[in-house]
Amino acid sequence: MRPDHTAASRFVQCLNCKKTLFVADFQSNLKVCPFCGHHHRLTSSERIAWTFDEGSFQETDTGLQSGDPLQFPDYKPKHEAAQAKTGTDDSVICGHAKLFDNPVSVAVSDFNFMGGSMGSVAGEKITRTLERGCDERCPVVIFCASGGARMQEGLLSLMQMAKTTAAVERCQAEGIPFISVFTDPTMAGVLASYASVADVILAEPKSLVGFAGSRVSKQAQVSKAPDDFQTAEWVLRCGMLDKIVERRDMRTTLGNLVNLFGSHLRVNEVKVG
Amino acid sequence: MAKSWREWMKPLVELEELIAKLKVAATKETEPSEQEGILRQVEQFEKRRDNIVDLMFSRLGPWEEVLLARADPRPYTLDYIGAICSEFIELDGDRRYGADHAIVCGPTTIDGRPIIVVGHQKGRNIQERTFRNFAMAKPEGYRKAIRMFQLAERFRMPVLTFIDTPAADPGIESESRGISEAIAASMLEMFKLTVPVVSVVIGEGGSGGAIGIAAANRVLMQEHAVYSVIPPEGCAAILWRDAAKGPQAAAALKVTSKSALELGLVDEILPEPKGSAYRNPLEAAETVKEGILRSLNELDRLSPSQIKAHRYDRFRSMGFIA
Repeated sequence: MRPDHTAASRFVQCLNCKKTLFVADFQSNLKVCPFCGHHHRLTSSERIAWTFDEGSFQETDTGLQSGDPLQFPDYKPKHEAAQAKTGTDDSVICGHAKLFDNPVSVAVSDFNFMGGSMGSVAGEKITRTLERGCDERCPVVIFCASGGARMQEGLLSLMQMAKTTAAVERCQAEGIPFISVFTDPTMAGVLASYASVADVILAEPKSLVGFAGSRVSKQAQVSKAPDDFQTAEWVLRCGMLDKIVERRDMRTTLGNLVNLFGSHLRVNEVKVG
Repeated sequence: MAKSWREWMKPLVELEELIAKLKVAATKETEPSEQEGILRQVEQFEKRRDNIVDLMFSRLGPWEEVLLARADPRPYTLDYIGAICSEFIELDGDRRYGADHAIVCGPTTIDGRPIIVVGHQKGRNIQERTFRNFAMAKPEGYRKAIRMFQLAERFRMPVLTFIDTPAADPGIESESRGISEAIAASMLEMFKLTVPVVSVVIGEGGSGGAIGIAAANRVLMQEHAVYSVIPPEGCAAILWRDAAKGPQAAAALKVTSKSALELGLVDEILPEPKGSAYRNPLEAAETVKEGILRSLNELDRLSPSQIKAHRYDRFRSMGFIA
């Protein structure tokens, strides 16, 4: 996203501290507020551009279109509006990329597309991303941003949880490292499937991470929820993720992990070659 | 629209209570002609009852199916284990944190064959429901299930799971102990298995809580069970900001066994006795047993590595892409 320089679009307001920021500064700071450190949500193209080696991303599996298998009320118009808004087919974009010259199979979810929800297309792309890691013997990196399974595709969406998890099992059996990154938000059907069984789980600061919508879980229990309930920081304290990484450090951290856990793949490559 | 099974079934329940009372009265009556009169009345009422059942079940909508799937007298996992398995030994330990009574599991036999059974368990009264946490399993329940799957693999026993849960436990404590991870890890463990896995949806197939122990080679579904990505009330609350629109959401989500079969997401529908499973639990159990044995026999033809690949392919093909 290149900022234009008309007066109205020169400034943005931080969603957390409400301070006014220059768009140019905001963008060059990777959409992190320089005052309060709030990590604003990214589009998938921003995420890709700011994480992987410049120009290394090659999108695959384009043109997969969600049908409307249940004829669910308002699904079609909502889906078309999301496509128009984001310019993508569905909530997940996937492909090949490089991290410090190491090849990786990657998928990025975009919350702007129907809350990043996982229906048949998103589930298929996540699965193909994991399978591509196995087929091409390279590590897998997936950025999660999702409210959960897509209600509008009913049970088909629930089955994507099993389908993607099966693909993670294949990666584990074949020694393919899989790193998942929880970004704001990572919830419900996505958290309770492939995202939580990664070899390494990173999260962006203050991301919302949880199984049930916080209103549901607070209602379900008499005891008071901690103030930071379902934040990445709280989930880290619970032992359910490995490391909180600021956006500016994400590329390096991922690069190092891929380098370390993927070293056996490169050794084999040399031997075979 | 009725909110509960009891409310919806009220005319039928009242008539059945009346029939039961008349039957008792008939046995107590000493005068033969009077007794005959009462029995004739019973006969008439039974005919009327059958008509009501026929009428109610001839036009079941998705919401009625939801109510039926949640009905208190519907047979639960332990009822089926009691009816179709023998030598069941319940094992409680998750070896991590605590005992979870929303999931019951252990070794047993079916048709003389050792298997591992795992299932959600509901309760019928307040005490039982509290004890079972309304069949909403916590992380401990799924971790206990994982242990069972590992035992099954180690000792080459097929796995049978019964699905009957409104959802996984959404409480703060379950969040803190990783309910999401537990569900995902349970599915992951199932995908490792080289022994056959058969799942039967016997009541509510409630979202992540259900699929957590339903990553099977064959998934059977009872006629009046439901299977859904989200409880209809939850869907209505999110989409239309009105939980009372559950009936509309149930229709939109296509939660019935017929829809699940049409979408190719379950393999077989197990027909229920007239008026649903609770009206003839033994007949229902017999159908369930036959379905399980049929599935196990089919899966017996596959080698261990084929079993694992079969399960992968089963889920790999799921999805609707235009």
